[in-house]
Amino acid sequence: MKYVVAFGRFWWNFIVGDDWRVAAGLAVAFVLTWVLAHHGIAAWWVLPLAVVTLLVGSVAREARDGG
Amino acid sequence: MSSDALLFLATFLASAVEAVEALTIVLAVGTVRGWRSTLYGVAAATLVLAAIVAALGPALSAIPITTLRLVVGALLLSFGLQWLRKAVLRAGGYKPLHDEAAAFASGRAEAGSATASTGRMDWYSFTVAFKGVLLEGLEVAFIVIGFGSTQSRLGLAVGAAAAAVVVVVAVGVVVRGPLARVPENTLKYVVGVLLTSFGIFWGGEGAGVEWPGGDAAILAIAGFVGLVSILLTRELRRRRERLKLVEAKA
Repeated sequence: MKYVVAFGRFWWNFIVGDDWRVAAGLAVAFVLTWVLAHHGIAAWWVLPLAVVTLLVGSVAREARDGG
Repeated sequence: MSSDALLFLATFLASAVEAVEALTIVLAVGTVRGWRSTLYGVAAATLVLAAIVAALGPALSAIPITTLRLVVGALLLSFGLQWLRKAVLRAGGYKPLHDEAAAFASGRAEAGSATASTGRMDWYSFTVAFKGVLLEGLEVAFIVIGFGSTQSRLGLAVGAAAAAVVVVVAVGVVVRGPLARVPENTLKYVVGVLLTSFGIFWGGEGAGVEWPGGDAAILAIAGFVGLVSILLTRELRRRRERLKLVEAKA
């Protein structure tokens, strides 16, 4: 069991990293992009906007909590 | 700059940064406990990484390109944002810079205090070298597989990663020490921007986006992500300075 937990934790840290909110935000942005694109609506702006918002939010949180 | 050149640059720089960190671990163990078992550990980890790339790279070509781009784009975006976030925080003064000299000294101290080997094989050296190279190399392996399969340029991505490792090891052998002068954070910054940009581009295409300007959009995305990161770093530095001033006055 210990090895399963360690294995799961490794992959969580590897893919999600320090801030799970960024990974969750990206998942939402991908779903929104897919939905818009498959309804014929221009969706190219969603991911760049999401990335900037998530990066700024995550960095600001870390700076506030750690600085 | 073509997307092939950007692909080569991103893979080369990502591999170089991880190779510098792996080299520090290997040097610390090898110089304290001997090279034989350490190099066996390096060789074993390199074989595992090569097997991962050799097995997954061609296998991924069987997956429809749209699905592949969505998955690879999402993974690259996740990796890229992790690199970029840390690089921005370090450049802004909110995280300490990675210090190879300190990591080398700490690795040597740990290797020296571990139980001495009694047999022909020093399992401590083997395990530390194996783990260090495997963990540092795993992300590079995924980047190589991702770039290689999505762009159908596995050979180019493998070549870029191999070239980076050769350069880092050659320099390490010449200077006989950790590469403490390599501007690691700047490299991580650039890699973060490139991985994030490729992640946005391919992830977007996989989700059904038609990019204005076609493939040229990758350059605009990289410029946009780079500019935002620079502005964010400047703002963090200003904030840090303001806090220092307030603390000095208090």
